[in-house]
Amino acid sequence: MKYLLLKHYRGAPTPAGAAETMEHWTPAEVDAHIQYMRDFAARLKETGEFVGSQALAPKGAWVRGDGEGRPAVTDGPFAETKDLIAGWMIIDVESWDRAVELAGELSSAPGAGSKPIYEWLEVRPVLTETPKATE
Amino acid sequence: MNEPQVRELVPSVIAVLVRRGADFPSAEDAVQEALIRALETWPRNPPLDPKGWLIAAAWRKFLDATRADISRKRRELAAAIEAPPAPQPETDDSLWLYFLCANPMLPQDAAVALTLRAIGGLTTKQIAQAHLVPEATMAQRITRAKRRLAGQPLDQPGDVATVLRILYLVFNEGYSGDVDLASEAIRLCRQLVTLTDDPEAAGLLSLMLLHHARRASRTGSGSRLIPLAQQDRSRWDTTLISEGVAVLQKALARDRLGEYQAQAAIAALHADAQTAADTDWVQIVEWYDELLQLTDNPVVRLNRAVAVAEAQGPRAGFDALTGLDPEVPRYAAVAAYLHERAGDLPRAVELYGAASRMATSVPERDHLTREAARVQQLLRS
Repeated sequence: MKYLLLKHYRGAPTPAGAAETMEHWTPAEVDAHIQYMRDFAARLKETGEFVGSQALAPKGAWVRGDGEGRPAVTDGPFAETKDLIAGWMIIDVESWDRAVELAGELSSAPGAGSKPIYEWLEVRPVLTETPKATE
Repeated sequence: MNEPQVRELVPSVIAVLVRRGADFPSAEDAVQEALIRALETWPRNPPLDPKGWLIAAAWRKFLDATRADISRKRRELAAAIEAPPAPQPETDDSLWLYFLCANPMLPQDAAVALTLRAIGGLTTKQIAQAHLVPEATMAQRITRAKRRLAGQPLDQPGDVATVLRILYLVFNEGYSGDVDLASEAIRLCRQLVTLTDDPEAAGLLSLMLLHHARRASRTGSGSRLIPLAQQDRSRWDTTLISEGVAVLQKALARDRLGEYQAQAAIAALHADAQTAADTDWVQIVEWYDELLQLTDNPVVRLNRAVAVAEAQGPRAGFDALTGLDPEVPRYAAVAAYLHERAGDLPRAVELYGAASRMATSVPERDHLTREAARVQQLLRS
């Protein structure tokens, strides 16, 4: 089963760990954090559970069509109060429990003072394409 | 014969098929199929005459495909089959292929893909992997590109500058997957230099060589980016540097300066410095001034501002930023650096943070975040 793990720049519940932005960590803490993320992805590749991941820039806009012959309408940049996704990872795992376990690990990346940040990640099951044989 | 050697045959085999009367899109498809077959079978069963094998296999694929499509292509088939394969001249003039693949009618990503397949001899799968897109998407991109080229004359000289732009793009894509696009771009540019006497082709080759020479020192553990000033210069590839400098000197002697030669000259000055402190910033600024004359764009102005700050101090660097739009990529990063040099650390932290949020790649974002943290630490201590 595939699950989408979403990390938010904004809009997630307050993290349980220290919430200082990365600029206020020491360079070593920044490095340790980045390394933890890399190791996590590498380990999931090893176990055959990694599907893909991408980081997203904070900028962007809402876009919608506005009728034939007219250019699409954009609404942006995003308001400071708005929920904002920072990146995603798709994993392919045996169960919801395993997805939760892995999201918990990813959320425990080290931050300021080498303490886990315990940031909230959104975990969403991906709908499968194939209908069940027992329809 | 290893894979790169096989790939080198591809453009000349396409040229042979086209000279025999095949249309370019079909010829290119046929050679791609023959190439895939070659990569599968040659390791076990190497041919005596690799090029002859590829020509024969590709010609057969072309005829098969044309026959299968007979109702639409009846007349082309007749023409192609009736013409007895003329004795092929051994001169390998595939310059027209470069122009065709880099045709300005094509979107740049399509021109890149077509260049890599028809001239680089890469398979669709390899090109797709290198660009992190599904193979079917890449196949379609290439097919559509060739459709757009329908009816384009093959023998017309094009603009070398468009070819150089495409090769420069390929070079900057670096490497992901099993294909090293930077090395591939260098190989193609080397070939191009033998086909054209435009000194800018040599300028681009020199720029690529000098840049590539620093590759090992440019990233540290965990893909972290190491800025030029902190690179371990003992890890720079001196063979590539000597070659890059020699190619550049020959090009500059032609006295037809262009933007790639000017950029290569700047890269050569960096390569020439034993330590970061030995860098001849005054001369680098002069080359940036030349470069601005040739191509006035924000990236050049930003890089020039850094060089000016090194040569004349941060105040002069700020002056050099005047008139630039703060929204251009890397503006905040350069401004952060100048503020740090000027001793305004709080502002530098803020700007490095802002720059990291504007970064266009993960390594760049991580680097700028680390820079913010580094200056923040200076502030605390």
